[in-house]
Amino acid sequence: MRVRDIKEILEAELLCGEELLDTEVLSACGSDLMSDVLAFVKEQSLLLTGLVNPQVVRTADMMDMRCIVFVRGKRPDEGTLALARDRGIAVMSTGLRMYSACGKLYAAGLASEV
Amino acid sequence: MDALKLHYDVDGEDFSAAGEASSNVKKVLRQLGFPQEAIRRTAICMYEGEINVVIHAGGGFADVTVEPERITIVLTDHGPGIPDVEKAMSEGWSTAPTKVRELGFGAGMGLPNMKRYSDEFRIDTTVGVGTTVTMTVNVTQGQ
Ligand SMILES: Nc1ncnc2c1ncn2[C@@H]1O[C@H](COP(=O)(O)OP(=O)(O)OP(=O)(O)O)[C@@H](O)[C@H]1O
Ligand SMILES: [Mg+2]
Repeated sequence: MRVRDIKEILEAELLCGEELLDTEVLSACGSDLMSDVLAFVKEQSLLLTGLVNPQVVRTADMMDMRCIVFVRGKRPDEGTLALARDRGIAVMSTGLRMYSACGKLYAAGLASEV
Repeated sequence: MDALKLHYDVDGEDFSAAGEASSNVKKVLRQLGFPQEAIRRTAICMYEGEINVVIHAGGGFADVTVEPERITIVLTDHGPGIPDVEKAMSEGWSTAPTKVRELGFGAGMGLPNMKRYSDEFRIDTTVGVGTTVTMTVNVTQGQ
């Protein structure tokens, strides 16, 4: 699945990372607890979260994740977006809630781990 | 190569900058061509440690020594210290205030993560004096 497929499935708005639309996403993780995301060292490329602060981007960066989806229509501030741009991470916002967003991606074949 | 030594001040006042030092270390390790697994383990350990220094100790220092076969991270602070290390090490135990929890931290998972992803892990702490966390990540080539 590519970043652009995720955008379509979640009917999300891309906030940055146009150049990453064709990046392959192999697995995902949904959480509002950053240490929970960091507890799992395996390859994960997508983070879904309802939290909006710069540490979400830093956490994704530590894990080499390439895409962040903010659920429940949350939108990060400009500073957070600038950090994501700098780290080469695509960011989008979907109106869906966490459960629905994860469910749709899972049903479309995106696993939780590779 | 000789050991490369990196030193960072970890600002206790600026939560949004917490993780800058870890990011920088990650960038340096990538430039030096370390295996991805070792880079990620180092990044996780250091980032968790850096966040702890910011949220629990009001800031401190990070010293990283990079050698071909191992990466050593030392986080030093002059915060309140940890009264019961065993308790602090158990998954789910946290004294993080609500404000920190709202930011996505305070799950009580940081220290267990650091122990899990480092090859050597050590806490030296004295209540009222401060805490030093030392972690070593061994580098295995071809990961
Ligand atoms: N540098 C430190 N100085 C003082 N206390 C600390 C320090 N690091 C950890 N602690 C104490 O140990 C507890 C557990 O730390 P740990 O990193 O495991 O969890 P946390 O930081 O509370 O939450 P999380 O890491 O999941 O966001 C903390 O809540 C705090 O009481
Ligand atoms: Mg912590």
